[in-house]
Amino acid sequence: MTVNELATALALTPLCAPEPDRPVTGGYCGDLLSWVMGRAKSGQAWVTIMTNINVAAVAALTDVACVILAEDSKPEESVVEKAKEEGINLFTSPQDSFSLCAGVDRLLRP
Amino acid sequence: MSEALHLHFDVDGENFTSAGEASVQVKKALRQMGCPPEIIRRVSIAMYEGEINMVIHAGGGKADVYMDSRTIRILLADTGPGIADIALAMQEGYSTAPDNIRSLGFGAGMGLPNMKRYTDRMDLQSTVGKGTTITMEIDLPQ
Repeated sequence: MTVNELATALALTPLCAPEPDRPVTGGYCGDLLSWVMGRAKSGQAWVTIMTNINVAAVAALTDVACVILAEDSKPEESVVEKAKEEGINLFTSPQDSFSLCAGVDRLLRP
Repeated sequence: MSEALHLHFDVDGENFTSAGEASVQVKKALRQMGCPPEIIRRVSIAMYEGEINMVIHAGGGKADVYMDSRTIRILLADTGPGIADIALAMQEGYSTAPDNIRSLGFGAGMGLPNMKRYTDRMDLQSTVGKGTTITMEIDLPQ
């Protein structure tokens, strides 16, 4: 499943999607950036409520397929700009982290 | 062994929002050199944690990354307050980061443990009042 297909299925609002055709291989949920940094894997959809600029750095370094900001968390424009620069797919959703993770799991589970 | 790569960065201690710039640049350079993705990931994570630590605790510092055909070596040096109890600082979950840093999603006490976990060798030298120097090495597959 691609990022674009996942976004459509979960009705995510795109903030920027420079690489919509990236495959999503799994999911990860977490707000402690150091924790996420050490454990999220390349290709996963990362669900978080954090919106500061370091989210873009962690997403770039872990090489996650996309970041989904839960509960309508809104980043500053500089974060969206950084995400565009780094080729990070960034979405927002009114759903909470639990519901989003359940949705990702439902879509990806064979 | 001749060096195939040397990157130097001055880590700005005043600007928390730009922390991670050096790590992202290292990641790009290693990717261009055809480094295996898992190696790039380990180097990037270790470097990022070090960079963040220098910004949070030491008012910035210097980072150097060297690569030859066998090893990637990361040198981090700051002139911050130093670490009084290194064994305690290495424990997962121990942190002296202030609340404003915690609210940004850091200060979980994972920085130094992550640096150790993701590198093959890590050496930490610190003198209270003078600063901290960290050397990390990651071996390349032969």
